[in-house]
Amino acid sequence: MRVFVPGDSAAISIGADDIAARIAQIDPSLTIVRNGSRGALWLETLVEVEINGTRFAYGPVTVEDVPSLFDADFLNGGSHPLARGKTDEIEWLSSQERITFARVGIIDPLSLEEYGQHGGLVGLRNALNSTSESIINEVTESGLRGRGGAGFPAGIKWKTVAQTTSDQKYICCNADEGDSGTFADRMLIEGDPFTLIEGMTIAGIAVGATEGIVYLRSEYPYAISILQKAIELAREFGWLGTSVLGSTHAFDIQIRVGAGSYVCGEETAMLESIEGKRGIVRAKPPLPAIEGLFGQPTVINNVLTLSTVPMVLAQGAAAYKAHGVGRSLGTQVFQLGGNIARGGIVEKAFGVTLKELLETYGGGTLSKKPLRAVQIGGPLGAYFSTEQLETSMDYESLIAAGGMLGHGGVVVFDDSVDLAVQAKFAMEFCAIESCGKCTPCRIGSTRGAETIDLIIQGVRVDENKKLLLDLCEVMTDGSLCAMGGLTPMPVKSAMVNFPSDFLGAAK
Amino acid sequence: MKYSPWSQDAARVLLATLRDEKGPVLMALQLMQKEFGYVNPECVPLIANYFNKSRADVHGVLTFYHDLRTTPPGEHQISICVAEACQAMGARSLEKEVKARFAAEVTDCYCFGNCALGPTAMVDGKLIGRATLNKIEKARA
Repeated sequence: MRVFVPGDSAAISIGADDIAARIAQIDPSLTIVRNGSRGALWLETLVEVEINGTRFAYGPVTVEDVPSLFDADFLNGGSHPLARGKTDEIEWLSSQERITFARVGIIDPLSLEEYGQHGGLVGLRNALNSTSESIINEVTESGLRGRGGAGFPAGIKWKTVAQTTSDQKYICCNADEGDSGTFADRMLIEGDPFTLIEGMTIAGIAVGATEGIVYLRSEYPYAISILQKAIELAREFGWLGTSVLGSTHAFDIQIRVGAGSYVCGEETAMLESIEGKRGIVRAKPPLPAIEGLFGQPTVINNVLTLSTVPMVLAQGAAAYKAHGVGRSLGTQVFQLGGNIARGGIVEKAFGVTLKELLETYGGGTLSKKPLRAVQIGGPLGAYFSTEQLETSMDYESLIAAGGMLGHGGVVVFDDSVDLAVQAKFAMEFCAIESCGKCTPCRIGSTRGAETIDLIIQGVRVDENKKLLLDLCEVMTDGSLCAMGGLTPMPVKSAMVNFPSDFLGAAK
Repeated sequence: MKYSPWSQDAARVLLATLRDEKGPVLMALQLMQKEFGYVNPECVPLIANYFNKSRADVHGVLTFYHDLRTTPPGEHQISICVAEACQAMGARSLEKEVKARFAAEVTDCYCFGNCALGPTAMVDGKLIGRATLNKIEKARA
C-alpha cells in the first residue's frame, strides 16, 4: 500500500521527514513515496493514501497527528478532523489549470517509470522525429514566453541560436530563482525534475546544442540533490549522453551551483558566474544567443519556460495557446506567499484577476488583519494597493497598471506594513546585491536608501520626495540591467499607491 | 557540521578533480569551502597557480559572492531569510530575537523559496518553516 508524504523542501521545513519516519515506524509494511508537493502549501504536510488507485488526503498533518491517523484507519480512508477527501476533488487544486505543474505532487519525482506513465518523454520523442525548424515553429506558435520575468518569446530566442553556426552551443537553464515570493522553479525541480531535463533536451535538439547547464542557487540544497539524481538516472536510461534515446543527437546536463548572489539571476551575470568569474553584468549586444557562455551561442531560459516545452511538443501549440488572454498565452504558475492564509502554487491561465488569486485561493491574510499591500513579481516588482485588485494577471495588464509579472510571485502584507520602510528596503537590497558595474545602480541605490530615510524622519519631505523620484528616473533610464533599472518600481509604486506612508513626521 | 582541517595537500587533491572543468575558479572555491568549512586565504595562490589565473582573478571571485567565507565557521550556522515574503511574516523581529541569542552564528539570507511558510530559517543545513526562536533552538541542538 502506498502512502505519499511530500519530499518537497517546504513540506520538510515543517516536519515531513519526521512524519514519514513516524508512519514507517508504526507500519513498516507501507510503501512511503516522497512525492513533490501538490502546491497547496497551506495543507502541508499533506499525507495521501492510495486506495484502489484513488488518493485520499489528510492535512495539514504534524508528527503528533500520526498515531491518531492510524487510530482513525486512514489507510482505508477513515474519517479524521484533518481528512480532506479525495485529493483530486480538493477545489483549491481541481479548479487550477495544471500544465507545467501537471505531474508535480502526483508522481515519485525520481521514477522514470511513473514519469512515462504520466505523459513524460512524449514531447521529446516527437521532437526526435521532427526537424529543428518544426520544433522551433511549434514553440513559437504556442506563444510561450520567457517565464523568468522578461517575457521574451521562447521560439524567437531559439531560432536566433539555431541560425548561428558554431561547433559548440549551450542550453543554459536559469534556476537562480532569487526573487522573494517565488518558489515555482524549486518546486518543479524537486517535484518533477525530468520535465526540466526533457525541456532542455528538446531545446538542445532544436538549436543544435549538446551541452546543457542548470545554474541552480545554493539556497536550494534539496533541489540540487534531486536534480543531480535525476540527471544520473536519465544518463543510465540512455536519455542523456552521446545518443539521446538511441538517436544521433548527443545531449548532457551539468549543474552549476550559485553562491548567494541575487544579480546572478540576470542572464549575463549568470553566464559570468558559470564561467567561474565575478557575477558582473555584461553589456548587450552581443546577445547571449549569439555570444553567450564561453563566447558561444547560448539559449538561456527559465526553469518554467523549459519545463513547459515538453507539453507543447506533446500536445501541440494549439492546445497550449488555447489558454490565456491577448499576447499572454498559456498558463502562469503563480506563487502565493507572505502573509497569506492559503499560500502555494496556483497555475492558472493568464487573465485571472489578482482578487481571485488573493481571495478565492489565498483566503486573505494569515494574520487575519486587513490586507494592505501586495508585491507582485519579486523584489523589483510593484506594490499594489487594495484598490487594484481587479487587475488582470497577464504581462500587458500588469505593465499597464505600473507593475510587472516578473516570475509570478505574489507576496501579501497585512496592515502592519509600512511602505516607506519597504521602499527603503528595495534600495538597500539593490545596494547589497548590485554587481557594481554601472553607477546608477551601484551609487543610486545607496543614495536612494538614504533619501528615503530622510523622508521617514521627516526631513525636508517634499524636497526629498522630488529628489527620490528624480533618482528613480536616473536609475530606470541609466542602469545596465534590471537590477538597477527596476529597483525604482517598488519604490515609486509604494509612493504612488501608499502616499500616506511618505508623509514623514506628519504621518 | 563537520569539516576537514585545512591542508594544502588535501586541497590540491580536490582541485585535481576539477582539472577538466571549464571556468573552474568559483567551483574550486566552493569545493574548498565545502571541505574545510571556509576558504583559507592560502587557497588564493593555490587556485591561481593550479588553473593558471592571476591571484587578483581568484581574489575577485572570492570577495564577490556572499556564500564564500574566509574564516572558519562556528559549530552552528543559522541563516535567516529577511526578504519581503518573510518580512511580511515577521522575519525582522525573528532576526533580532535570534541574533540576541546566537549573534555570532547568524547570517542574513535572501530567500530559501519557502515563501508560503515563512518566516524561514536554515539551521546547519536544515530548512525550518514557520520559524520561531524555539524551533531554531531545537534544530540547533
